[in-house]
Amino acid sequence: MEIQVSATNQTASRDKLLTLHKVDKVFGRDVVALQNMSLDICEGDFISLLGPSGCGKSTALRLIAGLMQPTNGFIRWEDGRQGESLSVVFQEPTLMPWATVEKNVWLPMRLKGVSFAKVRDDIHEALELVGLAGFEHAYPRELSGGMKMRVSIARAMVTKPKLVLMDEPFAALDEITRFKLNNDLLQMKAKIDCTVVFVTHSVFESVFLSDRIVIMAARPGRVMQELQVDKPYPREEEFRTSNDYAAYCRAASQALKEAQEGPRQ
Amino acid sequence: MSDLAQDPAASFVDEEERASARRELRNRVGKWILPVLVFAVGILAWDWIIRINEIPHYILPGPGLVFQTLIQDRAILLDALMVTLQITLLALLVAVIGGAGLAILFNQSRLVEMSFYPYAVVLQVTPIVAIAPLIFIYVENKLVGLLICAWIVAFFPVLSNTTLGLKSADHNLRDLFSIYGASRWQRLLYLQLPSALPYFLGGLRIAGGLALIGSVVAEFVAGTGGIGSGLAFRILEAGYRLNIPRMFAGLILIAGTGVMIYAVLSLVSHLLLRKWHESAIKRES
Repeated sequence: MEIQVSATNQTASRDKLLTLHKVDKVFGRDVVALQNMSLDICEGDFISLLGPSGCGKSTALRLIAGLMQPTNGFIRWEDGRQGESLSVVFQEPTLMPWATVEKNVWLPMRLKGVSFAKVRDDIHEALELVGLAGFEHAYPRELSGGMKMRVSIARAMVTKPKLVLMDEPFAALDEITRFKLNNDLLQMKAKIDCTVVFVTHSVFESVFLSDRIVIMAARPGRVMQELQVDKPYPREEEFRTSNDYAAYCRAASQALKEAQEGPRQ
Repeated sequence: MSDLAQDPAASFVDEEERASARRELRNRVGKWILPVLVFAVGILAWDWIIRINEIPHYILPGPGLVFQTLIQDRAILLDALMVTLQITLLALLVAVIGGAGLAILFNQSRLVEMSFYPYAVVLQVTPIVAIAPLIFIYVENKLVGLLICAWIVAFFPVLSNTTLGLKSADHNLRDLFSIYGASRWQRLLYLQLPSALPYFLGGLRIAGGLALIGSVVAEFVAGTGGIGSGLAFRILEAGYRLNIPRMFAGLILIAGTGVMIYAVLSLVSHLLLRKWHESAIKRES
């Protein structure tokens, strides 16, 4: 088995969806959150941004989401339009406590002016996909942390977006729930055929989920390396216990370590 | 002893459950019984002091006489109560519309907020007894004058609480609304107003009591009777005539009205929030 580690973008043969070109983000006068980040995101990619706190991975996600503008460089959508088919899952479930589960999932469509009756079936299908059939009329407070996160994912997936941005969505969950959600996430991604950019600080999670791991370093936040995980999907639970998985985890850990120590040499 | 040795876990749980049930019962009974007990003791002491010291009824009437007056003068007193209640509820309604409306306006325009919020504070911190005489000079209609006074006192808690509530929407949800391209109107309607609801209801409960206080104080200032004499006027009038029992009866009606307003608003608040807000949810512990 050969593990590819490269210093630059690995552009696959797939169609490009979005490009980050030499993006800097500076807060205030001199707090450099992100420095010179270039990344091509291609259709169908599952990209993990992996790094310690302060490496700018969440900043990168917010830039892609259009919540902030880069200080230098640019972000270009290949189809010219941004946001039309983009959705986000935050670290917290971020549900509206006053609305039932189905009304929460309705939100993206509601904001586009689509009536509930029109998309009721889509909403229930999305809830079924995340394993929450039967909880349509529950309020968020009645659900566990994992279930709330599932609602959040259903809300992100219900519009069948091209790009899903996930900002450490499972960081607050216990390991068992997290594994289960990892498996389910891969199935969902395959089903609605989207591209995912996934921010995490877990080496294991990034290896299990992604085909591209972008390794970042902190202060200033920047991209150090990219690592390919050439294990084809669907990835089942067995992958977690395989030698390949262990080897990739070792390589990613090593790369992460080098990324943090690199500048001091 | 042997039971305990056989199954310590079960007996422990049993003991725990029994203790918690006892606590629950004590709380529930205590919540109603204790205030009623204090009330009864207070009434008895009042009656006893009057009898022992032979205090004449034009100085301090006994509870029996006050109750009797309440029944006897009910025609006058209930009429007055209706007037006071009408002004209070109208003032509360205007306070809700005005307070929440201003809060939304302030929220939508920073410029308007910066320009006018200080004056809302000035209006709030100036005692209503000091403003009321002026109002009655310039406002001919007494009812309108009373309404303005009660409104000035009542609108501020609604305004300040709703303003705070509109600003306290979850920041991730705000980002989400931005990402999905929500309009300003959608953001207000689907995110900010529901987020502000618990705050608004808190302000409403305070405003209910203040509207009553405002209308009573204004009536004291307005003084003269004629059409629309409320409870405060009846109390003043009874005072001039040394009809002390009627003063007490009027006082009881005002206090009772305040409690009723608070209870109704609390119920409204509970009904609106019980499904989702932490404040209205009972947790098993």
